[in-house]
Order: sequence, then structure tokens, then C-alpha cells
Amino acid sequence: MNMNRFIPMSAILALLLAACGGNDTTPVDPNAGVAESSGPANSTGIANGSNGVFTPIYTGETREERALREENLIVYFEFDRSEIRPEFNAMLAAHGEYLANVATATVRLEGHADERGSREYNIGLGERRALAVRQVLLLQGAQPSQVTTVSYGEERAAVFGSDEESYSRNRRVELVVR
Amino acid sequence: MALFRWRFWIVTAAALAATTTHAQLNVTVTNGNPDLISSAFVPFGWQGTGSAAPFDVAALVEQDLENSGYFSGLERRNMISRPTLGAQINFQDWRILDVDILLVGQLAQAGQDQYQISFQLFDVTRGEQLLAFRIDSASDDLRATSHRISDMIYEEMTGIRGIFSTRIAYITEERPNLQQRTFRLVVADADGANAAVIAEASQPLMSPAWSPDGRNIAYVSFEGDQAAIYSQTLSTGTRTRVSARAGVNGAPVYSPDGRMLAIALSQGQGNLDIYTLEIATQTLRRITENTSIDTDPEWSRDGQWLYFTSDRAGSAQVYRVQAVPNGQAQRVSFEGRYNADARVSPDGNQLAIVHRGENQEQDRIALLDPSNGEVFVLSRGFLDESPSFAPNGALIIYATRDRGQGVLATVSTDGQIHQRIASPAGADVREPVWSPFPRQ
Repeated sequence: MNMNRFIPMSAILALLLAACGGNDTTPVDPNAGVAESSGPANSTGIANGSNGVFTPIYTGETREERALREENLIVYFEFDRSEIRPEFNAMLAAHGEYLANVATATVRLEGHADERGSREYNIGLGERRALAVRQVLLLQGAQPSQVTTVSYGEERAAVFGSDEESYSRNRRVELVVR
Repeated sequence: MALFRWRFWIVTAAALAATTTHAQLNVTVTNGNPDLISSAFVPFGWQGTGSAAPFDVAALVEQDLENSGYFSGLERRNMISRPTLGAQINFQDWRILDVDILLVGQLAQAGQDQYQISFQLFDVTRGEQLLAFRIDSASDDLRATSHRISDMIYEEMTGIRGIFSTRIAYITEERPNLQQRTFRLVVADADGANAAVIAEASQPLMSPAWSPDGRNIAYVSFEGDQAAIYSQTLSTGTRTRVSARAGVNGAPVYSPDGRMLAIALSQGQGNLDIYTLEIATQTLRRITENTSIDTDPEWSRDGQWLYFTSDRAGSAQVYRVQAVPNGQAQRVSFEGRYNADARVSPDGNQLAIVHRGENQEQDRIALLDPSNGEVFVLSRGFLDESPSFAPNGALIIYATRDRGQGVLATVSTDGQIHQRIASPAGADVREPVWSPFPRQ
């Protein structure tokens, strides 16, 4: 017996809308939902009334998780500076909120510099940048124990090249979420 | 959700004892002294079993002295005669070739794997003997013994102690791609031969520093995603973790008496300060306390002062402070918009620095006179860094770029002689540090 025919069209529509909805909606895979309720154990379930337990289904990333995706894991800096540029405020706010909400989550902040200047000075610069990001996360409610820092200076370039384009992509803090 | 992270790994000398000839370097003089000493290094005579000598002493001495930038060797095919003893020399054969000095000698078998080298050095113009020595050498030491002959000739002709028996430590990085990097700490002879990997890791290794007796190298390793300072004994490969405090543990440098390390620590506070660490007792003393980046410590020769880099005045400049807590820092560099990584010359009178001039973009190696702030630019690259004096004070080795690759170069402290040290393709070479003189 196929249970699909018992689901009203409006419910399917709602699920589809949710699936392709805006950024604020948690996407749900309609097939996943249907499959869950159409298993052999529930094949005669209509008359049983509602006494089951809602089990969360993993259907893809949540808003918080999306904020932590790889493309959002890097904060870039100006030459020889460690101030957070305004365009990274929203992303860091989401990270801070996530850490505040999920006590078991931790993040390692890896500070980096471009290749100009002394290597140990660049270690200092990467450390200062990592600490600047840490401050923002703590202000958003993250606990100090959730946020560790390490500075790699110029030792782990993301881009190899001796031009401003490469330099600007190497002056960064990477957020490594665990 | 989390970025993929490869597992870190590190291997030290014990497992790598057999890994010599790795990352061999080759020296070429890119700009020499116009007043070269015209020299003839005649192939040494051979007395022993077998038709050919097991080692070409004259060729190695010639290579050493030519690489110094002060000597030019006569090509062997242009030699009119090939004496191997002073008594066989016809000085006229060499005067017509404009040769100034002449080396002749013999290599004789003295037993199983044992040899005796004898040599004589002559001033051709005067027909005068300058040096005459005999020395025993095991077969494994023929190369090292030949370097000592180079040292003697160099000192005889220039009045400066030779550095052909010293060594260089440096870092290499191989990266076939961004996810696969291998960092190595290598120790090689000053001519690049006998390169031996003493530590190898997938995370950065940096800032090697020799102990004054040449027995240990301190360095920074990031194994476990945490910076820590190690000290490793070269002869055994044993290493000790000397500092793994919260945050940055960096820039180790041994005090002249070898008892202390000056280091840069952030202690989790986000800004670096200079500390001294007594190695035996682990006594830590804070030397600077400032919200700026204070790093790159370097001891004065008497051990009383520490030079360091600080951006406390806005941009990085060189300062010095007494090597005791709560000392008053004094600014040392004034010319240029960025000065860092000061290294003290063996006589203590000069600093080699990384220098970026006013209105300039290039980082270059320069000499800074700490008594009056005068700067003398030595190198000509655009990203030159990590200067290190040869123990005789005549040369500085540093890291530069050649077509995007990190390579090593040397420059004489008068700015006259420039050398490029070629490295294997595909590996960045950087952070060279010259060893002290070997103990005699």
C-alpha cells in the first residue's frame, strides 16, 4: 500500500515551499519526510491516534551550520592591521551565537599574515588577528574555553604569489570548527 | 562541517639518520670581487693502490676558494706542468699564466681507509713558500680535511678565518599541493654538501638557532596545532620541549654562554613580549611588557642586552633593552619604515637587519650601526629576510626569492660579493642560520 495518496496536496505544497524557501527557512527534503511515515511499521497507523515521539531528521544544514560553512570560515585583514572589517561582522555574529548555543562546539582560530616582513613578526601579527576575532566571538556569548588560537604567521600561505591579490588572501584568520 | 585537516606528523633525527644528500645546495658567485687572487690548484699526486686517487683534494679546495669570491682558479687544461712537490715547481710556468698563488700536494694511502695529505702553498711572484703541512685523514674525513686546507689558505691570503668547515641550518618546504606540505629542518656543510634532515613535519618548522657550542639547535614546531620550542642535540637526535605555553612560543635564540634562551611569548594575551628562559632551571623572566608585538630577540655579545623588533611606535623598528626584568627599551633604528630581525655581528659592532626604506616596497638585508643608527643596504632582492652572520663576520647568509621559489644567498659585509645558493627544484629553502666555528 502506498501512503502517498493519503497526504493532502496542500501538505506536499508546503513541504516543497519549505524546501526551496528563503535563507531563513530550514530546508526539509519532502521525500525523506514521506519515507519516514510510510515505512512498513506504520502501514496501518492512521487509526492509532497521535502518541508517537517526534524524532529530528537530519535533512541538511541549519542556518547556524550554513554560517559555519567553509566559504564563511575566513576573515580577511588589511596590511599590517588586525581590525575586523565591517563585512565580517554578520558572519562572526552567527559564529558567536552558534558557540553560545552549542556548548560542546569549539573553534580554533588560525591567524595568518602575508609574506612581507620578518617571519616572527608575522607570527605576532597572526596572533593579534586571531585574538581580535576571539574577542568578537566572546562578545557574542562564546565561552573562552570554546575558542583556542594559534598563529602560523606567513608559514601556511593559502595562496602562493608575491602580489597584492595573493597577499590580501593570505592576511586572514581561519575558523576551524570542531 | 569542519574543514578537512590532515593528521600532523613529525619525524626527528633518529629515524632520519640515513637521509643525507637530501636537498643538496649548490653555490654560484653571482657578482664577484674584481681583484681576484689568481690561483692554481694543481691536482694532487696519488700514492696508493688503484690508478686514481679516492678523492680530489685540489678540486674541493678550488671550489671552496672560488665560492668565497676572492679567488679564481686556473683551469687544469691550461696548466703547463703538474708538480706535486715544491721541489718540482718551475715558477716560470706559472708566472707566464699570471698565477699569484700555487697549491701542490700529495695524497698517500697510509692503511685501510687511512690516508695522509701533504700540501704546500707558494707565492708565485716571489717564489716563496707560504704554507707547508701534512695531516692524517680517515677516508670518511677526506672532504672535511680538504675544507680545513681551504680554511688555512683563505686565512693566509685574506687575514680572515675561513668558514669552509662550518655548517648551515635551514628550513625547506615541499608542497606538491596546498594540502600536502613537508617541512624539514636541514643541517648541511657550508658548501651545501652532506645535507642531513634533522626534523621533518607536516606542520611548519621555523626559527632554527644554534647553541654557542654548535651541539644543539633550538627551533619552533607546530605539531598538534600548537607552537612549541624544542632543543635538539645534533649528535644523538634527542630533543627536549623547552616551551609550550599558551599561545605563541617563538623566536628562540641562545645566550652567548648557552645557559639561557631569549624567546617571544604571547601567554595567551595576543601580543608578544620578550622573555628569557634559563634552560636548566626553567626559570622564566619577562623582559618587555608592552601591548605591541615584541619579537626577534637577539643577545648582545656580552649577554647584557637584548635587541628586538617592536611595533610600539607604529611600524616595526629595532630596539634594545637590558636583559633583566623591567629594563628601559631604547630605539636603535630610525631610518626606513620597517626594520626587523636584528642579528649581531661576531665583533658585536654591527647588526644585520631586514630593512624597508622610506617610500620603498622591498625588504632588503642591511647593516645597522647601533651606535648611530646608520643603515647600509647590502642585498638587492624584494623579499630578502632572515639574515645570519658567518662566524668570521665577512659574510651574511639570507633568504631571498628566485622566480617565486625561496632560495638562499650570501653577501659579503662590504656589499661586494653576492652569491646565489641554488636549491633543488620544487622546495622552498629559507631561514638559514650559520653555525659557530667548529671546536678545534
